[in-house]
Order: sequence, then C-alpha cells, then structure tokens
Amino acid sequence: MGGKLFSESALERMEKEYGQWHQEYLKALSKMPERLDRFSTVSDLEVRPLYTPLDVKDQDFFEDIGFPGMFPYTRGVQSTMYRARLWTMRMFAGLGTAEDTNKRFHYLIDHGETGLSTAFDFPTLMGYDTDSPLARGECGKCGVAIDTLEDMQRLFENINLERVTTSMTINPPASIIWAMYLANGENQGYDRKMMGGTIQNDCLKEFIAQKTLMLPPEPSLRLVTDTVEFGTREVPRWNTISISGYHIREAGSTAVQELAFTIYDGITYVEEGIKRGLKVDEFAGRLSFFWNSHVDFFEEIAKMRAGRRMWARIMRDRFQAKHPRSMLMRFHTQTAGCSLTAQEPYNNIIRTTTEALAAILGGTQSLHTNSLDEVYMIPSEEAVLIALRTQQILAEECGVANVMDPLAGSYFVEALTNKMEEEALAYIRKLDELGGMVAAIERDYPQMEIADAAYHFQQQVEKGEKIIIGVNKYPSERPDLEFVLKIDDSLENGQIERLNRFKEKRDKVKLQKAMDELRRRCEGPPCWENNVMPALIDAVRAGATEQECCDLYREVFGTYSDRGSF
Amino acid sequence: MKQERRLRILIAKPGLDGHDRGARVIARAFRDAGFEVVYTGCHQTPEQIVSTAIQEDVDMVGLSILSGAHTYSFPRIMELLRENQAQDITVIGGGIFPLEDIPKLKSIGIKEIFEPGAKLQEIIGWVRANVKPRRALTA
Amino acid sequence: MNIIDQVLAGEVRATARLLRDIDDQVESVQSILKALYPHTGRAYVVGFTGSPGVGKSTLVDQLALKYRREDKTVGILAVDPTSPFSGGAILGDRIRMQRHFLDSGVFIRSLATRGHFGGLTRSTNDMINVLDAMGKDVILVETVGVGQDEVEIAHSAHTTIVVTIPGMGDEIQAIKAGIMEIGSIFVVNKADREGSRKTVREIRNLIDLGMRRREENGGWEPLIVETEAVKGRGIEELHQAIEKHKTYLFSNDKGQLDDVLRKRATNQLVETLKDEAFKTIMARLQVRGVTIETLVQKVLEKETDPSSLVQRILGEELR
Repeated sequence: MGGKLFSESALERMEKEYGQWHQEYLKALSKMPERLDRFSTVSDLEVRPLYTPLDVKDQDFFEDIGFPGMFPYTRGVQSTMYRARLWTMRMFAGLGTAEDTNKRFHYLIDHGETGLSTAFDFPTLMGYDTDSPLARGECGKCGVAIDTLEDMQRLFENINLERVTTSMTINPPASIIWAMYLANGENQGYDRKMMGGTIQNDCLKEFIAQKTLMLPPEPSLRLVTDTVEFGTREVPRWNTISISGYHIREAGSTAVQELAFTIYDGITYVEEGIKRGLKVDEFAGRLSFFWNSHVDFFEEIAKMRAGRRMWARIMRDRFQAKHPRSMLMRFHTQTAGCSLTAQEPYNNIIRTTTEALAAILGGTQSLHTNSLDEVYMIPSEEAVLIALRTQQILAEECGVANVMDPLAGSYFVEALTNKMEEEALAYIRKLDELGGMVAAIERDYPQMEIADAAYHFQQQVEKGEKIIIGVNKYPSERPDLEFVLKIDDSLENGQIERLNRFKEKRDKVKLQKAMDELRRRCEGPPCWENNVMPALIDAVRAGATEQECCDLYREVFGTYSDRGSF
Repeated sequence: MKQERRLRILIAKPGLDGHDRGARVIARAFRDAGFEVVYTGCHQTPEQIVSTAIQEDVDMVGLSILSGAHTYSFPRIMELLRENQAQDITVIGGGIFPLEDIPKLKSIGIKEIFEPGAKLQEIIGWVRANVKPRRALTA
Repeated sequence: MNIIDQVLAGEVRATARLLRDIDDQVESVQSILKALYPHTGRAYVVGFTGSPGVGKSTLVDQLALKYRREDKTVGILAVDPTSPFSGGAILGDRIRMQRHFLDSGVFIRSLATRGHFGGLTRSTNDMINVLDAMGKDVILVETVGVGQDEVEIAHSAHTTIVVTIPGMGDEIQAIKAGIMEIGSIFVVNKADREGSRKTVREIRNLIDLGMRRREENGGWEPLIVETEAVKGRGIEELHQAIEKHKTYLFSNDKGQLDDVLRKRATNQLVETLKDEAFKTIMARLQVRGVTIETLVQKVLEKETDPSSLVQRILGEELR
C-alpha cells in the first residue's frame, strides 16, 4: 500500500483551482504590486507566495514523513519527544577562572538549567597554557581558562557528574580535555561508564569554518577516531563527536551548505571509525550533531527535519547500519550568534525567541539560547537569565512542546524540507566527486563556497535586499548597557601563578614516563594498542598541562594554518 | 605607461580567535574597491603583523578581532610600529569592543574602529578619504 | 644614509619602500637601480611555477627553512593575480610562510600582476636585483600560476622548478603546452596521493622526448623530485637537485651559466625596450593630443585596422 496523500482526481481539481487563484492573485497585484521584487529566505532560497498539495504530491507518507521515533525520523528521534521529557536546557557558559565558571554553572542549575555546556577561552581552545606568549591578553576572555587537572576539578566542584551531562566545546585538544574530565570524575569517585556528556571534537568544521587549527587534517582525524574508539569501549554514555554545522553557518554559509557540509563531515567520521576496525553499529549511535538556528523561521525547521531524514537514509544505505540508534540524528541547537545586533540589543531577545521556537519545532534534543548582550561579550548573569527563561516560557507556557512535529503536513514546510534535502544531496555528490571532505578542504572547496555566500549576504544587506532592524532599516546607535560583563586583564597573572605552583609540585619522573608513553602511542600506527586516551589520562594525572600534551602532538604530527583562499 | 600608486593594505587577525568571516569579507571588498590587500589571516602575533606591514610596505593595517584580546594586542602593535619608525602606517580596527575601550584605542593611535553593522561601502569610503598611498621614497 | 646605502646595508623598511616605487614605476628609481646594479649577481635565484593549488608557497616555505638552516639569507617574491575588474588584488601567499615572519634573515614581498602576463610582474627582475644587492643569498620567486605560458620565470631564475601534483590529467597537458622546456627540475608534490609514480613516469617520458634538443643545448637532463611539502618530505632531495643544477651551471665549460645570464639580460633588455619604446611613443603622441583611446576609436570605427595604424605611427614617430 503506497503512502501517497492525495488522489489523482483531487490533484486534478487542485491544479485547476490553483490556476484560478493565480489569475486572481495577478489581477490583485496589478493594482497593488508585491512589497519585494523577490521573496527569499535568509539563505537567499527563493520562496513562492503559496504552497499547496501540488508541491508535495510526489511525497510518500511512509517513506518521507512517517512517525516520531521511526524511520526515516523526519518527525523526531524519539517516539515520545517532549511529551515525556523536554529538551535539555543547556546554556553555553565559561568565563574567567574555573571558580568563576563553576559559580555560573551553579547559578544556571539553580535557575532550572538541566545540562552543562562549557566554553573555554582561546588559549585552551588552541592548545596553549595561560603562560604561553601567544596567550597574552586572552585569559578567561571568551571562556574559562583550563590548563591543568586541578583547574578541571575546580570547574566542576560540587556538581554530580553522573547526574548532570556536560558538553564541552573543544576541538583540537578535545582528547586532552576529555582525559582531564574523566580523570577528575574518577578522582571524585564517579564511574566513567556512568558519566555522560559531549565533546565537540569536530576537527573537520574547524578547517572549513571556525579555524581553531592545530594539526593537519590526517592526524586530526586520527585523534578524533581514538576518542570514538575509546568512548565505544570505555565511556558508553558519551557523545564523542558533536558534528557541528553551527560554526559553518556563523562563518556565513547558507542553510543548505550547513546541512550538506555537516552531514558530509559525519560521513567522514563514520568512514574513519570503520577504517579503524569498529563496526558501524558499535559507535554510530554516539555521534551527535549541532545545528545553528538562524532567524529565518521555516527554513530552520525544514533544515532540521531534512537533516534527520538524510542521516537515517545515509546510515542505512551508505553504511548498512542495522541498529535504529545508528540512524538517529540527535542534535543540540544554538540560536544564531550572527543574527544578533549590537544596535538596540533588547531586540535580540525577540530574534532568539523566534530561533529557539524554530529549534523546538525542528525537534532539538538540547538548546542554548543566546543572551541579548552576547554580541558584545560573554553574557552577564542578568542577560543569561532572560535567555534561560525564554526557553522555559516556550516550554511551559506556550504549548509548543505538547504536540510532536506539529508542522508536518504543512505544504510549505514539507516542500521546503524536500528542497533542503535535494540541494544538500547535490553538494554531497559534489564532495564525493572531489574525493571526500579532506580532499575538498585541501582544494578550499567548502571554504570558498562559504566565503562566497558570506560576501553575497553582506552585499544583500548593503543593498537593502536583506533587512536587519536597527542596522540597515530604522538604524540606531549602539547603547551603553549597564550590565555588560568585563573580564579583568589581571586574571591572567593569577592564573599563571597558579600554573607555576602546580608545575613545581609535580613528580618529574612520573610525568616524563607518562609523556614518553603518550609519544610512543602517537608515533605508532593508529590502533587500540596506540590509542592516546589511556596514556592521556595517566599523563594529566601525572600533572601534564594541556599545552604540554598539545606541544607533543604538534611535534609528532606537525602543525597547520589556514590558507585564506578567496 | 603612467606611474600608478596603488593603495596597499594588510588585513590580519591578531590573537588566537579564528572567526575570520569579517576579515575575509572586508579583504574581498577592498580588492573589489581596487586596493591591493595582503591577507595573513588568523592567529597573528603583534610582532608578525608589524613585520609583515613593513616588508609589504602597506599604507594601512586593518585588524579584525572579536575575542576581547585587543587590550593587549592593539597597544603592542602601535608600540612596535613606533619602534620601527613606521607610525605613518594607518591602523584601523574592526570587530567587537567594549564601548569604553574605543576612546582608549583611539588615544593610542588607532585611527578608526568599525563595529558590527558597519557597511562595507562606509569602510571603503573612509579608507579612500583618510588613507593615501605613501609618497614615493625616490621622488 | 641615502637609500642606496640603506639597501646595501640590508635595511628592511627602506628596501620595502624602494620595492614599492619599482612596482609603481616611479621614474626616479632608475638612477637608484643603476647605482645598485654593480652590487648584484651574488644571489642564486630559484623560480617556482605550476597551477594554483599544487603547493608552490608551501614548497617555497620549506625550502626557505632549509636555506636558513644553512645560515643563508633568503628573499622571497610571491606573485598573485590582479582582478581584471577592479584592479585590486588579494595577496595571500605569505600565509604559508608564517614561520619566517620574525626571521630577519628572510624578506618576503607579495606582488600583484597588475595586468602583466607571463607569470611575473613588470617589476620582478628589478626587485630580484634589489634583494640581491640587499645581500640575500638565495631568492625564491613564486609565479602567479594561472596561465600556461609562464615561461618568463626561466629568464629570471638560475633554476626553474615546475611543480605539479598527481592525479590531475590536465596538469601534464599544461606542462606539455609550454613549460616543459623551461623546467630544470620537476616537482611532483603531494606525492602521498594516488598516481604519483604514474605522474613521474609521464614527466620522464616527456623529458625523454625532448632530450635530443636538450643535448644540442648542452645536455642538462631535468631532475624529477617527489615531495610532500606540507610534511617537509622530499625537501632535502629538492635542495640537492637545485645544488646539482647549480653545480652544472657553474662548472660546465659549455658556458651554461653564461647562457642563463645572457637569457636573463636579453629578456630584461627586450622588456625594458618594449616598455620604454611604448612610453616614448605614447608621450610623443600625447603632445599632439592623441591618446590610446582616440586610436582605439579609429579602429572601432573601422577607419583603419590595428596593424596598419601601428605601421603608420611607427613610420611617423621613428623617422
């Protein structure tokens, strides 16, 4: 029994009446023309004035839409969705020292946050300790400074690591930070088999978009695969990669590019896991995704629905995954930082609310809502509370979480979902032709596509074809908000002193032995016997700092910097 | 063939922040405005930026930064330019800065600060009006 | 100190500013170049050509590192294309040479083609001379790498390196199409990729086909080196190949070096003559109110054709 939703005779009549409506529409326009020459999404995807069953007439309900928690998962990854448990409210937080951030964590938990998400400062993200000359002026500015296992311990003081899941936005040094997290958890008496969370650990999108670069692509993938392998065997509740479109979008991509490049990154990680000798159903279930929710409401919902369907099909058909869990695109969402304006910042609350609503209707598993002052700085407590309350109001007052995938069957949303999938698949074919993502990155293909889209958008803004309220329409000055957070430059010296004291009390012999073992594993061929994770856990316990481990990586694997193609 | 003096501009991102969307968009816009743009991209130290500016004999350095680390890198760059007798090179900044930092940055010699929402045409117009190709050394 | 002494003393700012004047064709640089000319001829010039994306900048970076380890000073000229629409350019080759930014023994300059064809800029030869006079031991020149007729580099460099990568059929075509003759050394970069051996064989075949002519020309048999520039692999071999070619140039009694120098001088002379003749004729026409635009108009209106017009102008102006 097929799943076509409309009978031939009904479609015939629709076509006729659509024609009649279109005549009326054109007649009316001759008196009062349309407001715009062209209507398009924020990604410049053209949209028509009206969608009808004619736009989705080829769609098969069972093949393309179906039920929540069932293949192809267009309508959500769980059969209960938000009826049983709301999405995890997970606010990205990190500022100053480990103590400052720990205080923020407790503040958020006390106000109803349900998961933690850690933002690290730039030296930590790039694999430098606070005392590195390259780290000058950066300590604690855009996140928390973590140099040592002791810092990690302070960061999670009085937080139950078996009860709360923690997401950590860390990429090239992900293996080291994860080793610190696990070592600290075990020191506190928790079982690594029970600890849950996520490391972002998505090196490919760094080459494509965010440029947190340390090692060349090949060894970067090796380290990612080491963590996947270790997670599979030792930390079964951990999401070892958060395959991220967020940063691709922030770099200026379209929604389709975000969808396509991210899914292709996912394909690459699966291939690497299989190459390591893992079976797809052993590890694919622990891969998670991370989307940007931009300001164009329907486009985002369609993107998330299309993403779930695409991933399920790719896992089934390309990788012959058998276990349903391997086919699930579980994802975190963050509202779009790049949609916020410095002008009239209170309007950012409205943008964030719309974006959060799209993420919820798109079926996200967890959500960060940007604070209104996040365009300037790490958010203040005042602003972050509004952002958290935004989620809570949407969840508990507005009724939007009561029915699963409520927009399914909307002719427009279904047609746009199909369009997203179709255009993203064209990119995936192109990437296949180029020989995969690493080869494409080396040719600057995704980088150039994104740069073109970013430049195009900026030009549309300049011409007034895309409107940003307070910026190019009703322009306004940036006000002086009284509660903008300031991170003091003096923090740096305190952190350096602490680091020096830590280094002095280490057992040098034990540390050297641990580092030698780490080096041996890095130099050896990638396999379980040479997996870096056990050696890293020993090394950070013996007092290795983040940079010391990264310096070893850099020595063994070489370094990489962006080539800046145009 | 007449002698032609082209504006040469360095676009660089000091510090460890890799968010290069703005730097890349402005580099392209400058190219399309007819300027020669030396692009060194992300993760540049003040020392690297000043050394490049001098070797490439640029008329202007555009610094893009979003991380808040300008409190260190901007003054350091100005200091190094002075040490190298290269304070005639115009320096501008683009990105996110606390409001109270902007007058401070201008007081150390940063000629202009462009914040989020600044239009490309506005920036190009500013450059045309305020930065002239350096006079020929040998003229 | 005047500018000449400053350049001879290796002063970076003064040299950088002089290079700018050369690039901008400031008239008065001529006397300075003249004064510097006796101080040139010491540096060894290595040119790199090949399509975009084959890794020229990375090879230059690695080779510079190798020379620095030998304590030799290095000058680098890297050419990128000028946009034909705006006249602007983005010069990004330096990015791949960052490790040298703070090394006072390395001077890097990025150049835009500014409408010049042939892979270099109008100013490249003069700039090579300035870097030479400044005291750089080795000068590495990277061509723009878009055209197939980038043969100019062979007139400017002692050793010309043609760079390619495996797995791009059209790469070999490009080599055939014009630059086969100019390569003293062929580099197959990214040699870890599939098809590297095949590419080496294809180049070898093309070299063998051209050998007879080469024998007539003194018999340097081009070397082929496989590299993985990103990892620094093959750089030692490339360096040795350059040394071999250098030894050949300097020791061969058939006057190979003379030949290179003669070619370079000839080229520079011809190019300068062309430029100057053009400038002189245009200046004379200008006096009579004739500009390039008025001449073009005559052609567009089919009053005459370009070649008859040129013949007429030359007849009048060179009498």
